[in-house]
Amino acid sequence: MPEVAVAVRELTLGEAVKEALAEEMRRDPRVFIIGEDVAEAGTTFKVLTGLVQEFGPERVLDTPISEPGFTGIGVGAAMTGLRPVVDIMFGDFAGLIMDQMANQAAKVHYMSGGRWKVPMVLRTTLGATRRSAAQHSQSLHAWFCHIPGLKVVLPSTPYDAKGLLKSAIRDDNPVVFYEDKMMYKLKGPVPEEEYTIPLGIAEVKRMGEDLTIVATSSMVQVALGAAKLLEEYDVSAEVVDPRTLWPLDEETLIESARKTSRVMVIDEGYERYGAGAELTTVIQAGAFYDLEAPVKRIGAMHVPIPFSPPLEDATVPTEASVFQAAMALCGRKL
Amino acid sequence: MTTAPVQPGVSEDQARALRLYRKMLAIRLFEERVNDLYTRALMPGLAHLYIGEEAVAVGVCEALHRDDYITSTHRGHGHCLAKGAALDRMFAELLGKEAGYCKGKGGSMHIADPDTGNLGANAIVAGSAGIATGAAFSAKRLGNGRVAACFFGEGALGQGVVYEVMNMAAVWKLPVIYVCENNLYNEYTHMSETTAGDPMVRAAGFGVHAESVDGQDARAVYSVTAKLVEHARRGEGPVFLWANTYRFAGHHVGDISREYYRAKQEETLWKTERDPLKIMTAWLTANRVADATWLDRAHSEIQAEIENAVQFALAAPYPAPEKVVEDVYA
Ligand SMILES: Cc1ncc(C[n+]2csc(CCOP(=O)(O)OP(=O)(O)O)c2C)c(N)n1
Repeated sequence: MPEVAVAVRELTLGEAVKEALAEEMRRDPRVFIIGEDVAEAGTTFKVLTGLVQEFGPERVLDTPISEPGFTGIGVGAAMTGLRPVVDIMFGDFAGLIMDQMANQAAKVHYMSGGRWKVPMVLRTTLGATRRSAAQHSQSLHAWFCHIPGLKVVLPSTPYDAKGLLKSAIRDDNPVVFYEDKMMYKLKGPVPEEEYTIPLGIAEVKRMGEDLTIVATSSMVQVALGAAKLLEEYDVSAEVVDPRTLWPLDEETLIESARKTSRVMVIDEGYERYGAGAELTTVIQAGAFYDLEAPVKRIGAMHVPIPFSPPLEDATVPTEASVFQAAMALCGRKL
Repeated sequence: MTTAPVQPGVSEDQARALRLYRKMLAIRLFEERVNDLYTRALMPGLAHLYIGEEAVAVGVCEALHRDDYITSTHRGHGHCLAKGAALDRMFAELLGKEAGYCKGKGGSMHIADPDTGNLGANAIVAGSAGIATGAAFSAKRLGNGRVAACFFGEGALGQGVVYEVMNMAAVWKLPVIYVCENNLYNEYTHMSETTAGDPMVRAAGFGVHAESVDGQDARAVYSVTAKLVEHARRGEGPVFLWANTYRFAGHHVGDISREYYRAKQEETLWKTERDPLKIMTAWLTANRVADATWLDRAHSEIQAEIENAVQFALAAPYPAPEKVVEDVYA
């Protein structure tokens, strides 16, 4: 984050997303929003309220409940002169749109030998603990990370959300942009002046010496909370947020790992075969000779997210569980 | 639910009307209690109320056997109850308790119960179209005479899978009843903004026999469904029922300010003129099938059952956290 002398305005993550969209839509008439209940309703999470009033129903389009269809329309429109921002309400609906994303959007540029491009953003959500049960709580970003041709962005603060979304919209490739549903109300500084954040640059969210916690999206706040708890035990944790999983800033991750020599990776997706596995491998390969212990990976349990609160709470990493794992990794007893 | 205390001499049709009334009332009072629990923060998650649409579920399920199948939606409490779910285990599931139909793992949007042929409510719009059609496929292959009723809202007409399975059901003459509950709104958007042409014609395009019905009149829903079920059971292929109805409350309990997508007058009109309970009450009293005493008694009996069920659910324990790893695989 840039150094700022004066008090900076605060926005919620939801407001930062909306502001990024509004600015890009003012700047570029090719940008439009398409999805379910995005216009008057301003999405089910009320993130886009007011955009249809400014840009009109031609640029903020309500669709039928036809995710594969309007995602495909997004791909085609992107190929032919527009810059769609497709809104997929819940990340769980990735199942519906996967062919459009993985076999169409992701492949068009390569298969055409670089002759067609797909400058499209797909905004969607992740995150559990809203008691929304197994079909509305998953964090499935790893699915998209697995596909060459897609970029995957996971902001963890309002500042990052705004700067990264603006870059995503200006990018000439299909970009999947994830918002944590639980973070929409999170406030943070967002300067009034125009800025963008390039895709592919990690950020150290907190400096530390004894341990690196690499965390994505919803897990960054969890990691920062755990770092505070660790401080009370004289364990100094560095928190690194990759911000984009593809492109991936391997250098920053490896550098931090070499400095602290102990690393945890936290991601809200299913732990097995997830984003955490990739991050772990990258760090282990890059910092092998400097590591004191194998990289510790923590993600969601390998179960569908249950409805019942005590069950759901057991499925995803928490400050307490990350704190405990960190203490163990540092060989510290509680 | 206890059976209706029918006066001697009532016809089969009248006895059925009394039964339909009690079932609708049970769903209405159930949903009112859900609203109450939810707004007092005693129920986690989301609650999509079925108030206003009761006649569709009870009319359709009255025409089904206990071992016939249904699939349901995010707005599924009414379907589950109409198919025979018990109030106490329903409430327990809604509160995330171990005693619930799905041990608390499913919650409001995922009630499933093999004992009543309920293949499950589904939180993916049109997510159960394949499942219902597959159940009809089994019924035909196994020759067990069952049919499957697939409930979905008009919003599900946006999903391609509906047309894929309808086509196959027609080609293979599968005994499935597609019940489209047209409550006019896909969440916060009027269906006329999302739906081209006439949905009845879509079904007809596959050669699927289609009927439409006043979804506020439980007797009418029952009569037309009985005909359609017979058609499906006879092996003549799938059928499509277009039931015109209205949800009286918000899309979910938190959807309070609705004027930006539908007018107060419209809501008031449906609630005063088109309430399925009022319509049935009018018929029962006009035909002297039930009087005020009977109606009052039905109300207090059902209210008491609901209250017991709620107390049961509130007192029931949550599942132990270690249960989280159970049931992932069969
Ligand atoms: C595939 C999918 N897309 C979007 C949603 C979000 N959503 C939940 S209910 C709903 C509206 C459904 O409308 P309709 O099918 O008419 O049923 P109703 O709510 O009116 O009963 C939407 C869009 C979803 N659950 N699944």
